[in-house]
Amino acid sequence: MSESVALAPMSKVWQRHTLRQKMARTALWLVIAIAVMLSLRSINVIWEFLWDAPEQMMDMGRRMWPPDMAYYPKTVHAALMETFHIATLGTLFSMVFALPLSILAAHNITPHKGLNLFAKTMLVSSRSVNSLVWALLFVAVFGPGPLAGAVAIAFRSIGFVGKLLGEALEEVHFGAIEALKAAGATQTSQILYGYWPAVKPAFWSIMLLRWDINIRESSVLGLVGAGGLGMVMNAAIDTFQWNRVAVILLTIFAVVVIGEVVVTFFRRRLI
Amino acid sequence: MTQPGAQAFPRIPAGRRQPFHSSWQVKLLALLVAAYAVYALGQLDFSYDRFIRGLDNGARFLSRMFPPSYKNWDQLLTGFIESMEIAVLATFFGVLLSLPIAILGARNLMPAWATWPARLIVTLCRAFNPVIVAIVFIKAVGFGALAGVLALVVASIGFVGKLFMEAIEEISMKQIEAVRATGAPFLSVVTYGVLPQVIGRLVGFCTYQLDANLRNSTMVGIVGAGGIGGALFAAFQRFEYDFVLAILITIIAVVLLGEFASNYVKRIFHV
Repeated sequence: MSESVALAPMSKVWQRHTLRQKMARTALWLVIAIAVMLSLRSINVIWEFLWDAPEQMMDMGRRMWPPDMAYYPKTVHAALMETFHIATLGTLFSMVFALPLSILAAHNITPHKGLNLFAKTMLVSSRSVNSLVWALLFVAVFGPGPLAGAVAIAFRSIGFVGKLLGEALEEVHFGAIEALKAAGATQTSQILYGYWPAVKPAFWSIMLLRWDINIRESSVLGLVGAGGLGMVMNAAIDTFQWNRVAVILLTIFAVVVIGEVVVTFFRRRLI
Repeated sequence: MTQPGAQAFPRIPAGRRQPFHSSWQVKLLALLVAAYAVYALGQLDFSYDRFIRGLDNGARFLSRMFPPSYKNWDQLLTGFIESMEIAVLATFFGVLLSLPIAILGARNLMPAWATWPARLIVTLCRAFNPVIVAIVFIKAVGFGALAGVLALVVASIGFVGKLFMEAIEEISMKQIEAVRATGAPFLSVVTYGVLPQVIGRLVGFCTYQLDANLRNSTMVGIVGAGGIGGALFAAFQRFEYDFVLAILITIIAVVLLGEFASNYVKRIFHV
């Protein structure tokens, strides 16, 4: 082998990438550079404000300190419980819709191109629209309040859960399904006894992950009037009571940390 | 992973063996979840009556959304260009900043005094929703695209930084040792030992983050941080639901295009 390399003419020196690959990469770097330059030049930014930012942040920090802890038991706690309900109910709702959609999206369970495409389109639309935008929509439908928030969280989660679960279903080993088919199992039995046990750990871990994300997301839904902590925060910001904002931010931080601990604990038990 | 139920099998008498039967713990848990759902629905003052009225509203709402109106297309276009600029800049600077932070935070390369501050930064960046960070930056740098870029830079550091840090911790140390044995300085160890092992995954994270930033840049506008979100929120407040639908359709289309583009980029880098 080494001989042939040594004997090869100079023009055949080993190269890692072909000319085409090199050109594609160079073109990509160029595109990135041009995109960044163009964005930097044309974006509507007043750069003086950026240099002023540290000073403004310090000012905000001074206004936030000390946090108005007395505010927590009065209003923040109830809002926190509301946020928790919104996130949990939203996750439960999404489960109801995501299960059938993921079955329709998995091409090994539903061997029908049209249905697959339909389910995938639904899932993509659900994921592309942000939960805050969903909340805007449902505030218009149900009126302001936590109900709109819970439905918004559910609609945003369907796409996420459905996509990941659909992928998990497509990866299920064919052997178990074939055995069930050979025994004369119906489609329902195949799903219940073939697919479900195989994706069960993945399903619960997806739900836990989404619940964790939903707790974070539902804390901001109130900014558009969909209930929870965001509503209290909006009120505090609008009245410039930054020491109350600080309490709310601390609450959110604590909830996120607790959520992470709970999720890690359950994940270890489940999987 | 052990088979579920495998250890419970021998204890059941052969005649009454029930595969796939659920234990009483599972049934109790399901009951508790159902009870909680009912309780929480009551807390969110969800009633059948309100639901029906909501459906009524929803029908009217939908009928006002169709057909989507593109007559304000210039507003749509400027909003989207700004959203894309925000996404490009936030991804670029976010990835640029998260590279050194991830290397500092990798426990297999760095001593403890370097890893824990880096990890703290990443955790703080991940803790708060981009909308909340955007509100804080709006206070610091004023309304407009800059606040959006800064908020999404923070979100990008939280996501790319965390995943990249984990990727670096999973690399093979043999190559690092080999590079170190030649007497290479730290920077060379990083460029020739660490980066070649993780560059593929980094490209994956970056394309995902560009996608995520594109979605989120539509959201930060709702609180006044620039981009299409501002136009969306304004359209909601003016009850121009047909324009809302036009914006939503465009968001979904752009996100889909972004997904195709990121697949293409991944192909160029052979990920």
